[in-house]
Amino acid sequence: MSNLRILVATKRVVDYAVKIRVNAAGSAVETANVKHSMNPFDEIGTEQAIQIKEALVKAKTGTAEVIVVSCGPAKSQETLRTALAMGADRAIHVESDEELQPLAVAKLLKAIVEKEKPDMVILGKQAIDDDSNQTGQMLAGLLNWPQATFASKVELGDKLMTVTREVDGGVETVKAPLPAILTTDLRLNVPRYASLPNIMKAKKKPLAKFTVADLGVDIKPRLQTLKIAEPPKRQGGKLVESVDDLVDKLKNEAKVL
Amino acid sequence: MASLLNLAARRAPVRLGRAVSCVSSQIRNFASTPLDHDQKELQSLARTFADNEFAPKMQEWDENQLFPADVLRKGAELGFGGLYTREDVGGSGLGRLETSIIFEALSTGCVSTTAYISIHNMCTWMIDTYGSEEQRQKYLPKLTSMEHFASYCLTEPGAGSDAAGLSTTAVKKGSHYVLNGSKAFISGGGSSDVYVIMARTGGPGPKGISCFIVEKDFKGLSFGKKENKLGWNSQETRAVIMEDCEVPVENLVGSEGQGFSIAMKGLNGGRINIGSCSLGAAQASLEAALEHVKVRKQFNQPLANFQNTQFKLADMATSLLSSRLMVRQAATMLDQDHPSVASFCAMAKLHSTDECFKICDDSLQLHGGYGYLKDYKVNVYLRDSRVHRILEGTNEVMRMVASRALLTE
Repeated sequence: MSNLRILVATKRVVDYAVKIRVNAAGSAVETANVKHSMNPFDEIGTEQAIQIKEALVKAKTGTAEVIVVSCGPAKSQETLRTALAMGADRAIHVESDEELQPLAVAKLLKAIVEKEKPDMVILGKQAIDDDSNQTGQMLAGLLNWPQATFASKVELGDKLMTVTREVDGGVETVKAPLPAILTTDLRLNVPRYASLPNIMKAKKKPLAKFTVADLGVDIKPRLQTLKIAEPPKRQGGKLVESVDDLVDKLKNEAKVL
Repeated sequence: MASLLNLAARRAPVRLGRAVSCVSSQIRNFASTPLDHDQKELQSLARTFADNEFAPKMQEWDENQLFPADVLRKGAELGFGGLYTREDVGGSGLGRLETSIIFEALSTGCVSTTAYISIHNMCTWMIDTYGSEEQRQKYLPKLTSMEHFASYCLTEPGAGSDAAGLSTTAVKKGSHYVLNGSKAFISGGGSSDVYVIMARTGGPGPKGISCFIVEKDFKGLSFGKKENKLGWNSQETRAVIMEDCEVPVENLVGSEGQGFSIAMKGLNGGRINIGSCSLGAAQASLEAALEHVKVRKQFNQPLANFQNTQFKLADMATSLLSSRLMVRQAATMLDQDHPSVASFCAMAKLHSTDECFKICDDSLQLHGGYGYLKDYKVNVYLRDSRVHRILEGTNEVMRMVASRALLTE
């Protein structure tokens, strides 16, 4: 009988469909009054954890507890409740209004891992706002746990996970003993819709809160954003006379060759 | 004169400032009185489902008159099959305000399909509320999951607005009632498995009417030809014909003579449901118009720069907001079992279906010639929402209900 505890990290980000703009001060992307939702890769992570739980229950070989965690301001709780509505069992909110860079998040998650002692931590491969692709890897480093990133397939064995990874050269399969870190890639699964009854049940599920001080973590940013600007306005296209002309323009004007 | 025109053009915001974009995102989020977190979650789920599952296929279903049973069942898995039906039989146990929010959001993806869901929901609610425990357990689990589909049969060729004048008879003969008559314009007629049918067991007028659950395979039940309609094309509409149709006595819902009262209670909610579907049509049409006028240019500038366009959009948004507030208030009154609920539901239905049709029409106009092409979606919202002014009680009947309430001391 295996009873797994799975910790899923989620982040509240600007919704993927929003047309983002730089704020008036030119310091960051405008987020006020803009639609936010759960990072799509974290939805995939939540879905994977729930599927693992359902597979164990169906095969009658055990069960899993799915705990979802998010680090951020008060509104991060919306993301947690979405995950609870999908089927997670309980939620943890690490509340902070400060900027949380990947290293800070990794340290906060490490503190949560030390409290909850999960068998797996599932994160999205990156958040669609900063595209850092660092938190999962840093967490593995801090915990000295094995990591399998960009997962497109996961199979669980006895205290072991076999993960197919999508890498630049193609597809790679790795085995890692649990406890381990997994980061999700797009093709791992298709997240379910929350059902209406589950949305209503979600508010009764436990949601624990911690502050950064409670966890004793230094979250001071290590990176400073120097400049943020919109990409250059789209120019009109040009017709070219020949392939040579095209190659010349790609090399010398667009500078992509 | 020319300089005046230039001045007007320069004043118009081409790049919308922050204050305006707040409203824009509120418009996109169905502006109204604030919703609590759960209501926003429900709305978000319904809108996402509509965007992903309905919107891409809406035009295909309309063009080819396809009933999307598989997509409906997918929605039923999420709880759309019995929104305000009790949970022990697979319903979602939500209130009418939540239901209105959900139907409005779903309608932005496909009005016709959402309207069918609302009809199915009314049938499940009737059986849930007025049916016996045996009837609930026998019929509702398969209906809430949409393994079976339901249709509601009140209207007849000779009894539309004068519904109480219906002439389908139900005569008790031993262990069965024998039904004779026909029903017109039945949504889902022929494809549904379960029919909730109003028939006359007693004398003339409302008090002689009773409600029956009729299964598709019962002896004596047949269907007319599939109607060819202006809109609502993702639902099949047929006559339902009863020729010595035998219905077991256990299938009487409530008591003899209770049928019309059940129908009237059903209509209050049905009117909110149809109003909600109109809201979704108008919301989607407004969103489409907003996109189009920013992109379409004439006289060297986007249509959005012209005051006529701006004023028209403002009128559309204002009208949609008033409709939405009336529908949501009527839904809240239904949840609270307010004594005046019937007249408020009637006024909400009257206002929202009329206004939202105009919004769809205005959106089509703002699209210019393109609005007239079936390549663009606006025409579907217009055609689908047109019938909302007619069914669930015509808007003329809504005026009868409202004026009666006004003139009664």
